[in-house]
Amino acid sequence: MFSVELLVNALIAGVLLGGFYAAVSLGLTVSFGQLNIVNIAHPAFIILGSYIAYMCNSLWGLDPILTGIIFIPVFFLIGAGAYRLYYESFERKDDEALRGLAFFFGVMFIIEVALIMVYGVDFRTVQASYIGQSWKAGGIGVPTRMFVPFCVAIAMFTAVYLYMSRTFNGRAIKAVAQDRLALQLMGADPVKIKQLGFGISIGTAALAGALLIIIIPVEPSVGRLYIGQVFAIAVLAGLGSIPGTLVAGLILGIAESLVSTFFGPSWAPAVAFGILLAALAFRPQGLFGR
Amino acid sequence: MKWPALKLSPFWLCAAAIAVLGIAVTIFDLFNINTFIFFAGYVVLQYVVLATAWNIMGGYMGYVNFGTAGFFAVGAYASVVLYNLFQAPLALMIPFAGVVCALLGLAMGYLTLRLRGVFFAIATLAMAIVLETLIINWEFVGGATGAYILRSREQAPFGDYIEFLFFVMLLLAIFAVSVARWLELSRTGRGFIAIRDDEIAAECAGVPTLRLKLIATTVSGFLMGVAGAPFALYVSFIEPSSAFNLIYAVNAIAMPMIGGATTWLGPVIGALLLGTVQQVATVTISSELNLLIVGIVLVFFVIVAPEGIVGLLKKWLGGRRDDR
Amino acid sequence: MTADALLDVRAVTKRFGGFTALDQVDMEVRAGERFGLIGPNGSGKTTMINCISGTLANEGGEIVFKGVKLDGKKPHQRTRLGIARSFQIPKPFRSLTVLENLGIALEFATGTSRSEVQERGMAILETIGLAERARANAGSLTQIDMRKLELARAMATQPELLISDEAMAGLSSTEVDDILDILFKLNEGGITIIMIEHIMRAVMRFSTRIVVLDAGRKIAEGNPDEIVNDPEVERAYLGE
Repeated sequence: MFSVELLVNALIAGVLLGGFYAAVSLGLTVSFGQLNIVNIAHPAFIILGSYIAYMCNSLWGLDPILTGIIFIPVFFLIGAGAYRLYYESFERKDDEALRGLAFFFGVMFIIEVALIMVYGVDFRTVQASYIGQSWKAGGIGVPTRMFVPFCVAIAMFTAVYLYMSRTFNGRAIKAVAQDRLALQLMGADPVKIKQLGFGISIGTAALAGALLIIIIPVEPSVGRLYIGQVFAIAVLAGLGSIPGTLVAGLILGIAESLVSTFFGPSWAPAVAFGILLAALAFRPQGLFGR
Repeated sequence: MKWPALKLSPFWLCAAAIAVLGIAVTIFDLFNINTFIFFAGYVVLQYVVLATAWNIMGGYMGYVNFGTAGFFAVGAYASVVLYNLFQAPLALMIPFAGVVCALLGLAMGYLTLRLRGVFFAIATLAMAIVLETLIINWEFVGGATGAYILRSREQAPFGDYIEFLFFVMLLLAIFAVSVARWLELSRTGRGFIAIRDDEIAAECAGVPTLRLKLIATTVSGFLMGVAGAPFALYVSFIEPSSAFNLIYAVNAIAMPMIGGATTWLGPVIGALLLGTVQQVATVTISSELNLLIVGIVLVFFVIVAPEGIVGLLKKWLGGRRDDR
Repeated sequence: MTADALLDVRAVTKRFGGFTALDQVDMEVRAGERFGLIGPNGSGKTTMINCISGTLANEGGEIVFKGVKLDGKKPHQRTRLGIARSFQIPKPFRSLTVLENLGIALEFATGTSRSEVQERGMAILETIGLAERARANAGSLTQIDMRKLELARAMATQPELLISDEAMAGLSSTEVDDILDILFKLNEGGITIIMIEHIMRAVMRFSTRIVVLDAGRKIAEGNPDEIVNDPEVERAYLGE
C-alpha cells in the first residue's frame, strides 16, 4: 500500500489543498479572530459562493474564478448589512454570546435549506478549461484543478494581508476588538470599522466558494463539514493571525491528504475536527498566539 | 415573577399529564384513530426532552451547544450496541444511553469549559462530526449503510408498539422537565444564572463555576442520550445521516429560543409548538419548506423577541417581578 | 512577617509574555487595617488584586492569608476563606434583583440557607444604603448604586478582607464621600480593607498605610504623610 510515490503525491495534494483551506479560513480569521464575531455561518456563505459560480457557469458558461471576483463586492455588501443587523440586535445589547450565536446558526440553516430547495441535494460541478488536466512527471502528478485555485487563493491571501497591514483601515480592523477607545480617539467609528471588516470577511467567501467548486463537487450541506476546517485553522493559527492562518491551513491540508490517502477518505472529516478539539484542549492560544 | 399556574409542583404536572394521556389513549382506542397521532406525538415529545436538555446549558447558563445531534445519535447508537450484543430490552437501553452521554458531556466540558464560552460552542460542533465519522467507520453498528433493529409489533397493554414508545417518551419528557425545573429552583440553578450573567463575578462571589458547568454538561448530556435511546426502535432502521441529522441541533436551539430560554416552561412551549407545526407541515407541505420555516422563525425570534413566548406572555400579563 | 499579618504577599511575580506586570513585590496587610494601594496606570495594581483574589495565577512568590497558602486555590475557595473584592467595572448579575445578587454570595460563599437570605441580605443593604433598591433589577441601577451593589455583594460573602478596586472612579465628589463613609463604617465593623484608588484625596484620607507600585515594583511604603513627601513617588507620578 505504502510507496514513496504515493507519499509525494499526497504531500503535493496536501499543500495545494492547504493553500486553498487557508484562503477559505481567511474570512473567519478576520471575523472571528480580529472582530470577535463568531460567524459560524461563514462556511454557508462559502457554499453560497459555490452555487453562484455554478449558476453562472451552467447558464452562461462564465468562468468560476471570474464569477467569484465579480461577486466579491456583492458579498461585501451582504456582509456589511449582516453586521449592521447583528450589531443592532445583539452586540449593542451585549447579547452576542447566546443569541448572536443562535442567529448565525439560523442563518447557516436558512442558506443551506434554501439551496436545497432550489438545487436539490445532488452534487454540482463547474466546467473550465483548467479542470481535468494535470502535469505529470514520472508517477507524480499535479492536477491543474488544484493548482489554479491554489494560485488564486494565495493571491487573495496576499491582497488581504497587504490591506490589513499597510492601510489605516486595515490596521484599524486589527485593532478594533482590542482597543475601541484608541480607535475612537483617532477619529474612527468602531462600528463602521467592524462593518468594513465583516464585509471583507464575507467578500472573501464569494471567491473561496468559487474555488471550492472547482476543486470538488459541492452540495448544500457540505458547508457544515467546512465549519471544522475553518474553525480548526482559525484556532490553530492563533486567533486573528493572518500568517498563522496560512501555516495552519497547510498543516491541515497535508494532514488531511495523508490520512485520506493512507486510511481512506471516510476518515478525512475527522482530521480537521480532531485537530480542532486537540487545539482547544491543549493549546487554545494557537500556534502563533501569545 | 411567575403567575400561579407556574407554581404547580412537578408531581401535579406529571399527574395531570398522565391523566390527559390516559384519556387520550382511551379515546383514540375507542374511535380507532390511526397511529399517526402517536407516531407524530413521539417526535414532539422527543423534542421536549432535547430542548429541555439543551436549555440547561444554553438557557440557564448561556453556553451554546451545537452538538445536540451528536449526543442524540450517541444515545441511539448506544442502544444499537446493546441490541447487537444481547438484544437488550428498552428498559436497559435508556439508562445505558443516558450514562454514556453523561460521560461524553462530562468529558466535553472538562476539555473545553475552562476556555471562553464560544470555544465550547465550536467544540460541540466539532464533536458531533468526529462522532459521526467514527460511527460511519464502525461496522459493528452498521457503518455508513445503517442497521436494522427488529421490534415487536405489539406491546401489551398499549396495542401497537409505537403507542408504547410514545408512552415511554412521555415519561422521559416528564422526567426531563422535572429535572430541569428542580435544577432551576435549586441553589445550583441560581448559580447557573450567576454564571450566565457574569462568570468572573460569580466565581468571586463563591460560586464554584467549573463544578457547576460540569454538572450542567453532564445532566444535559444524560437527558439528550436518553432522548436518543429509543430512536432505533422507533425508526427500526438507523443510519448515521438520520441519527446525526442537523435538524436535532437546530430544533434544540430554536425551541427554547422561541419558547423562552430562561425558564423550564420555555423549551416545553417551544417544542410543543414548533414540533407540532413541523409534524403537520411535513404531511401537508414539503419537508424542506418546513425546515426553512424553522430557520426563519429562529432568526426572527432571536432578533425580535429575545425573551421568547414566555417573555411575551409575561409582558402581556403585566407580570412584574415584585412578588418575590 | 509580623504576628498580626492577615495577608502576606511575598516576592510575587507575574508576567504576561515578555512583559513583567509584577516584579518580586512584597506587602503585608495587618488585621483591621485600612490599606491603600496606589500607583500610576499600568503599574500593576489590578494585577496584584487579581493574583490575591485568584483570577490570575502568580508565577513567582507566594501569597498567605491567615496562615494559609493561597497558591493553587480557585477564586471561589479564596472567597470562602474570607477574601472579597469589588470590581472596577461593576459586574452585577443583570437578570437578578439587587437582593438576589446578594443571595448568590450568601448562599454560595457562606452557606446561608434560602430562608435566611432575605433577612441577612437586607441587613447588608441597610449598612450600604441600598435597601430601598433591594427589589430593583440589578441591570437598571445608576452608576453609584452599581458601585454600592459591588460592595454589598462582596460584603455578603462575609469577608475578613475586602478589596475595593477603584470603587469611586467617575463619581461626583459627594458620591465619593458617600462611598468613603461606607468603607469607614465597614472597617469599624472589623473588616480589613485594601483600597485601590486614583482619587488621591480619598486614599490619603482613608488609609493608615499605603504601598506605591510603579512599573510592577514597590517603590514606597508608609503612612500618607510619608508617601506625599516621598521623592520617588513624586517622580513616578510626574515623570522626570
